Amino acid sequence: MSALTLSRRTQQMAQQHPRALLLLAALAWWLLYRALNPASEALVAALPVARDSHLGSALQFFLYDTPKVLLLLTAVVFVMGMVNSFFTPERTRALLAGRGEGLANVMAASLGVVTPFCSCSAVPLFIGFVQAGVPLGVTFSFLISAPMVNEVALALLLGLFGWKIALLYLGLGLAVAIGAGWIIGRLKLEAQLEDWVREMPRVPASAGHDDLALAGRMAAGLDNVRQIVGRVWPYILAGIAIGAVIHGWVPQDFMAAIMGKDAWWSVPLAVLLGVPMYTNAAGIIPIVQALLAKGAALGTVLAFMMSVIALSLPEMIILRKVLKPRLIATFVAVVATGILAVGFIFNAVL
Amino acid sequence: MDIKVLGSGCANCRNTIALIQQVAQDKGATITLDKVEALRDIVGYGVMATPGVVIDGRVVHAGGVPSRSKVEGWFAG
Repeated sequence: MSALTLSRRTQQMAQQHPRALLLLAALAWWLLYRALNPASEALVAALPVARDSHLGSALQFFLYDTPKVLLLLTAVVFVMGMVNSFFTPERTRALLAGRGEGLANVMAASLGVVTPFCSCSAVPLFIGFVQAGVPLGVTFSFLISAPMVNEVALALLLGLFGWKIALLYLGLGLAVAIGAGWIIGRLKLEAQLEDWVREMPRVPASAGHDDLALAGRMAAGLDNVRQIVGRVWPYILAGIAIGAVIHGWVPQDFMAAIMGKDAWWSVPLAVLLGVPMYTNAAGIIPIVQALLAKGAALGTVLAFMMSVIALSLPEMIILRKVLKPRLIATFVAVVATGILAVGFIFNAVL
Repeated sequence: MDIKVLGSGCANCRNTIALIQQVAQDKGATITLDKVEALRDIVGYGVMATPGVVIDGRVVHAGGVPSRSKVEGWFAG
């Protein structure tokens, strides 16, 4: 059977039996995932390198983690693409418009996880929300959680750290987004929006109808995989390679001295270092995993990750077009405080 | 056909423009293609997620690079 007929048959099947195809794909994925560990060990054993040497340890890390992370990423991004197809920005806005604060902050932060939008849409989205009468603090809850708790970060954390840390990150990210948005709402900073934003005509929020069938959602999932995995895989490879070098050569307990629990100043330092670093979760998480293995404290590491993802300098520059400096400063201060709290609490509790 | 691509100049916006140009050329359609980068104008169309595409004053697409088949559909009718 040629590749062309195969692809045509798959397309036919996706139209006629989407459920069956989904099950089949899940089964294939699971079998592949199960084969990873034996395959990577066999591969390292076949190489002319001692397994317990620096190079051997680095190679095993790279050969096992790369396919594992890519497999998990593909699965999570596909599922999120299907979930995303329920939550267009228009529907999200309609869900949030006209609500008070409090519960709406919780909703906004949760919707931030499942609503798709790329970072260059942050400003039009912001204006769209404000125009429809979504309160400022609720809008911020959405804008903080959307980049921080995204599918790439969750997939990587799941793959490299396990589900406990992934859930922890999800919970803490939501907590920071809800808390920071609520505080910004309380501060009544509406006057700190740029004048032209406040003068934009109000528009009623309408949801638009949703008539996608399962096959359509699967197509949306695949589209998501093509766009996101296609964009981030080089960062992941680079991140895992750097992580592998740290894993193989940095001495045990080296990081404990500078990023360990006992160094209280490491948390604020990690947040400060994180802000100008503009990278995405894809590159930073594999490096962070290697640091953790060398004795860095979990709270410090989580704080670093959050500040890299949530407080990037380029994003501030984009937001400056719609926010006056005082509101940007408040936003940074409130979010940074939340991240610091997360770092300190974790280092204290664990 | 008067086509405008709304976007602040990110990679997705550039890809959208390239895709439309290519499909239009393949189909032999004559179009005028403009970029709209000013935020005020973008939100004026009611678009919240870029890149967006406006044909003859009507928003036909928003939020991501449109699929090739979708773009081909614009030139079919």
